[in-house]
Amino acid sequence: MTEYSNRSQYPQARADGSLDIDLTSGKYLKLWQGPNHPGITGNMSVELTVCGDEVVEGKTHVGYLHRGFEKLMERRTFIQCFPIVCRICVPEPDFNEYCYAAAVEELAGIEVPEKADWIRTLILEMGRINSYLMYLGGQAGAFGLGVIGQWTTYARDLMLDRFEELTGARIYHMFIMPGGVRDDLPEGFDQRMEETLQEIESTLQDVYDTMFRNAVFKKRAVGLGYVDPAWVDEYGITGPVARGAGVAKDVRRDQPYLVYDRLDFEPVIATESDTYARADVRRRDLLMSVDLIRQILARMPRQGEVMATLPNVLHWKIPRGETYVRGECSRGEYGYYLVTDGSGYPRRVNVRGPSYTHAMTLLEKLIVNVNISNVAGLMVSLHTYPPEIER
Amino acid sequence: METLYARLKEPFGLTDWVLQKPDLCFVTVAREQLRPLLLHLRDLEGFTHLVLLTAVDWIEEDRFQLTYLLHDRAKARDIGVRLMLPREDASMDSIHELWPTAATYQRELREMFGIDFPGSPRVNEDFILEGWADLPPYRRDFDTLQYAHEAYAERAGRETRDPARHMKEQLYPDGGQDD
Repeated sequence: MTEYSNRSQYPQARADGSLDIDLTSGKYLKLWQGPNHPGITGNMSVELTVCGDEVVEGKTHVGYLHRGFEKLMERRTFIQCFPIVCRICVPEPDFNEYCYAAAVEELAGIEVPEKADWIRTLILEMGRINSYLMYLGGQAGAFGLGVIGQWTTYARDLMLDRFEELTGARIYHMFIMPGGVRDDLPEGFDQRMEETLQEIESTLQDVYDTMFRNAVFKKRAVGLGYVDPAWVDEYGITGPVARGAGVAKDVRRDQPYLVYDRLDFEPVIATESDTYARADVRRRDLLMSVDLIRQILARMPRQGEVMATLPNVLHWKIPRGETYVRGECSRGEYGYYLVTDGSGYPRRVNVRGPSYTHAMTLLEKLIVNVNISNVAGLMVSLHTYPPEIER
Repeated sequence: METLYARLKEPFGLTDWVLQKPDLCFVTVAREQLRPLLLHLRDLEGFTHLVLLTAVDWIEEDRFQLTYLLHDRAKARDIGVRLMLPREDASMDSIHELWPTAATYQRELREMFGIDFPGSPRVNEDFILEGWADLPPYRRDFDTLQYAHEAYAERAGRETRDPARHMKEQLYPDGGQDD
């Protein structure tokens, strides 16, 4: 267990809730973790106030990566928005494509072919595996276990090969577009995917033996960043962070989309609700994704179209309306709120990424009383990606 | 969802009900009824999760639309509560006491749309745009293209094409029909 020292040394709160910190007293120090720091997740920073080596206050700062996606989309036709949405999340871009496409299809009244739904589900699960592998490497690295990241990068690279042969791209796939998906599965894909899955399972066994059974990892991760299950709704917590707290919250099961109602799975949960539990939930969720991909390839129809007929996309106008489409990405609930006004451009697109709540309010709450050396591990355990905050 | 609306319509003066899909509906509420409605939905109807809070700029109608999207996990359903605000000196009551995460959304709306939420924690602190002094950029009257022309140098040799006209020239080099 992480040992916490006596909190009475920390500053008193003022009437407005802010802390009375006198930096000239020599007792406190401001320390910036990020934006350029190996212990930060992406382009963000945490402004730490420390007393000794313990954090008494942390404030998340974002804006280093702001590209104004939501505003840019208001100037682009519906089809022009499609290639830019994936840029919002680098490690798992496909959820942006799916949520955007599904929202546009819903408001435009487009029916997607059944086979496209299966391929979309396949793509999303492949992306989830990539994202989790990247996470495992980062989580281990934050506690000094550098070699795990090399193994998971190798496994992720194999999955990127599958993405490349399926979509033509390794990172930004631009494959799930309004109306369906761009192409069918290539010849022999199932066999190569099975080989990839077996290699990933083998790597994951090594990761389990060297990371999850490692005394250093256990010593530092167990008890770090405890999330009370009662905070889940209060703080908008979703995904593995909620499931690590024993709350079986998974959009794939709660509000099944695509073909998840035709697949057999149960949400992975843990009850310890600390960094170790969250890492283990993600590891087991990854194994579930491997199983889901096998189920998809075994059950999906092999005949039929993968793309609906769209109107002329250069003159495509969508009637006035609004909707919200959500999915369960590797970090939690990902959603698109789309408002249309009858013109050829979206009136408003709002992206709801899980990091928005996890990396701001929740991280600022959890970071208090944590040792500086554990800040990186805590932050990674929430699996945050800053571009979702500053879309 | 229909029964929920039928039950809440009179007490909270709800209007413009739209059932977007079986598990998602939108309603409009007046400003003074927002807080009682959100409390009722959260504490008595099971809508405990604030999914998002965002704004839509209806500049032609001279008003902002605030959308509070709430989720009820037990019944797997969502309700989007719309609230219309005049664009001039837009200001709204904070709901950070109901959901702490609302403070972040409100801070972003303050910066990006210029909508004030008095009393919301750190609402006036820079969120994404450090040192921004221009018009709040997510308002419809902020012209991103003009801003880009003024703020950045044009790359030499760059060509800009209208996609519709360009595709038409590619597909029908001899002309073809007008739109």
